[in-house]
Formats: sequence, structure tokens, C-alpha cells
Amino acid sequence: MEHISDADFLDIINIVKLQYGYDFTGYVQASLKRRVLRFMGRTNILTLFDLKHQLVNNSDLFTQLVQYITVNVTEMFRDPPFYRTLREDVLPKLAAYPNIKIWHAGCATGEEVYSMAILLQETGLLNRTKLYASDLNPMNLERAAAGILPLDNMKDYTYNYIQSGGLADFSNYYTARYDNVIIKKELRTQINFFQHNLVTDTVFNEFQLICCRNVFIYFNRDLQSHVLNLFYDSLSPRGYLALGIKESMRIADVHGKFETVNGPHKIYRRKV
Amino acid sequence: MKGKYDIITIGGSAGSLVVLSSILDGLPDLMRVPVVIILHRLRNVESEMGHLLSAKKLIREPEDKEAIIDYHFYLAPQNYHLMIEADKSFMLDYSELVNYSRPSIDMTFSCAAEVYGSRALGILLSGANKDGAAGLCQIIAAGGTGIAQDPQMAAFEVMPQSAIDLCQNVKVLTIDEIIKFIISET
Repeated sequence: MEHISDADFLDIINIVKLQYGYDFTGYVQASLKRRVLRFMGRTNILTLFDLKHQLVNNSDLFTQLVQYITVNVTEMFRDPPFYRTLREDVLPKLAAYPNIKIWHAGCATGEEVYSMAILLQETGLLNRTKLYASDLNPMNLERAAAGILPLDNMKDYTYNYIQSGGLADFSNYYTARYDNVIIKKELRTQINFFQHNLVTDTVFNEFQLICCRNVFIYFNRDLQSHVLNLFYDSLSPRGYLALGIKESMRIADVHGKFETVNGPHKIYRRKV
Repeated sequence: MKGKYDIITIGGSAGSLVVLSSILDGLPDLMRVPVVIILHRLRNVESEMGHLLSAKKLIREPEDKEAIIDYHFYLAPQNYHLMIEADKSFMLDYSELVNYSRPSIDMTFSCAAEVYGSRALGILLSGANKDGAAGLCQIIAAGGTGIAQDPQMAAFEVMPQSAIDLCQNVKVLTIDEIIKFIISET
């Protein structure tokens, strides 16, 4: 199989939507089709008919499909200059609130929310901050909540952390054992991991900062607009929104609701 | 009068920076066909690669969902795969490394083949792994043109040689010949 026709693709999306309640209609096709094809290769499903048949009849296969077609790649302190801006410009503003609430939407396996917890700890805000980290994929959330990461990644993460302006010894934030590390408990206690689907779920709290980085790249413009409205409704007046550094806010109907705080690092603020 | 191609994709890794600069300097400042460059480079380092590649040409790292426009030079942003949607806009992807690389040349070449078919030109330069070879073959299979830098002349021959080994009809050209080819065929 090298190609999925639009009609077959729509069939698959509809089966997943009707049978399992996950709506991928607004996802961009180029990457999703590719991932479905790779999934078929990996699971030895040779035809689209077979895939549809199995999806209807086998919920385990669907669980695997979700794991495979959603992108679960993340890093600690990805784009170090972005974290420097958070540390120097955004968190000091949040310090004015007696209680701070931050939402990481689409947190994958949690590396970014742990990075945030480290920044909050270093700026003395962690004990009065509640971090909400959501993802649509329950397997991600399980891994994220465990706080266990491969030791191999720590060299890169330490480098990123230092580039972001971190001054502490990065190894203070985890305990290493064999091939893995576990993030220190004091960084994990303020984080609440839970399932939330940006497409179908709604506002559930009010936040001073929402981070949703490298999630929009998988959404088409209509879905981006829908989610930006959801974020607008979930932010307190003048609350911050951070997107990935190559993601844009150039969407007509919501553009006017936000002002730019830092253009290159894609940090925005809800207008009052 | 429109030339033979609607997109030029150029991939390179180790040893490609210098030759890529020569190609860019050899091309006219005003080229109708958009040029998309995919280079393997470090992932979390601030860089001015666009300026390094050419002092004269404006080379931009596209943002997600940006339309691909004629007369523009683009460079794949670090730490993303650069994909192309059916409506000829860029889409960034932050999925697993492909051939140990992100951006992966294969990913972009493969999209160019799918979206542009026979009107895609792919060029694979020096490099020390085989990323780009499969993608170049997809461009050729879709009716487009695939060029590999002459491995004899490349600082690292693995990358262009893998494309030559993997499929037929890869044009093997030196850097000067690549420049001439682009100028005469676009």
C-alpha cells in the first residue's frame, strides 16, 4: 500500500469517530495518511478493507492505532530561548496571582510540563501553582504520570536546560537507575494528568497560562480556530498562550482576541 | 512561459554546505520556481543558517501552513520534518526521527513527489547517511527528475551513491552541471 484515497481516508475517520468517539476530521491529511499507512505496515494489515473491518470489530486494534497515529514526540526544554522568555518575562508576571493555574494541552509524555515545573520551582512559584496536563491518548498520560524517562535523553535535556538559562545542576531534578531516570517527586506533586480531547471536549477551568506547543501543526485551519476559541474561553483576562515557535496565529476570526507578547517565541495574551 | 518544474527540492547533509552555497550563488536572483532546502543540522541550537547559505538571497524558514510561493527560497526549520500538503502549502511535523534525522530529506522529497508529480525536481548532495535516497526515487517514479551530486566529487559520497544504487534514471551531475541544468530547465 502506498496511497490512501480521500474516500477511504474519510471512511476510516468516520469509523473511528462513530465507534470510538475520537474525531480526526480536522487533522491535516498529509501526515495522518502517512501514519495510517505506517501503522498498516507495522501490523501487517494489507488492505484498507481489512483495516476498516478490523477497526469495526477489534477495539484493541483501535487502541494501537491511536498510539501509532498520534504524534507523541516531545523533549524537555525544547527551543531553549522560548523557556528563557518564559523564565524572564512571563513567570514574573504570573507571580502577581495568589494562585496560579497552568494548562499544558496535548502534553504527550509530559516532558514539557516537567520543564515548566522546574522553572516554577526555580522562580519560587511551584508551591502555589496547579499544573493541568492533558492529552487525548491515555497511554501517554500513564507514562507521563509515572515520570520515568530514558537516561539516554538526559544529555540533550541538560544542554537544553543550560541554554534556557538554567543555573542549577540539572541532575538534581531526577534520580537515575539503570537505563532510566525518574523525575523528583516534588516536581510531580503539583501536576494533574488527565484525558482531554481538544476537538470534542470543552472548557473545564480558568488559567493564567496555556501551553500548547506543536499540536496545531496537526490541525487544519478550522480546527485551529475552534481550539483557539476554546483557549480564549479558558484563559483569564490577560492570560498567556504559548504556541510552538513555527505555529502561527494568523487565523482571521480569533486573531483580534489576542495580542502578541513575543512574536518569535509565539507567546500571546488574551485581550480583556 | 512556464518551465518544466514547479518545485525544486534540495537535500544535503555532511559536506553539503559549501556546494549548496555555490549552487545558490550560481542561480539567478529571480527564479520563478520555489526552492526548498532540507539540511541536516543540530536540533536545539539557535542558528542563522539562512544567512550562512547565501549572502545575496533571502532564504526563509517557513511557518506551519504557509503557502509555497513562486520566487521564494525556503529552508526546512531545525527539529521539524517539512511536509507539503495537497494544496501546496507547508506542514511542519514533529514526529519520530527518520533515518536518524529531523528534518528528514526523504519526508520532503516524498511529499514533493506526491503533490507535484512530474513537475518536481529533487537534488541530493553530499552526506554521510542514506536519507533522501528513497525520496529521490519516489520523485523519479512519479515522473519527476532526480539528480545526485557526482559521488566522486562529493565530500561524503554515501548519500548521493545510495540514491544511484537504489533506483534507475538518477542523473549524476557535478555542481556546475546542476546549476546549468536548473537554469536551462526552469
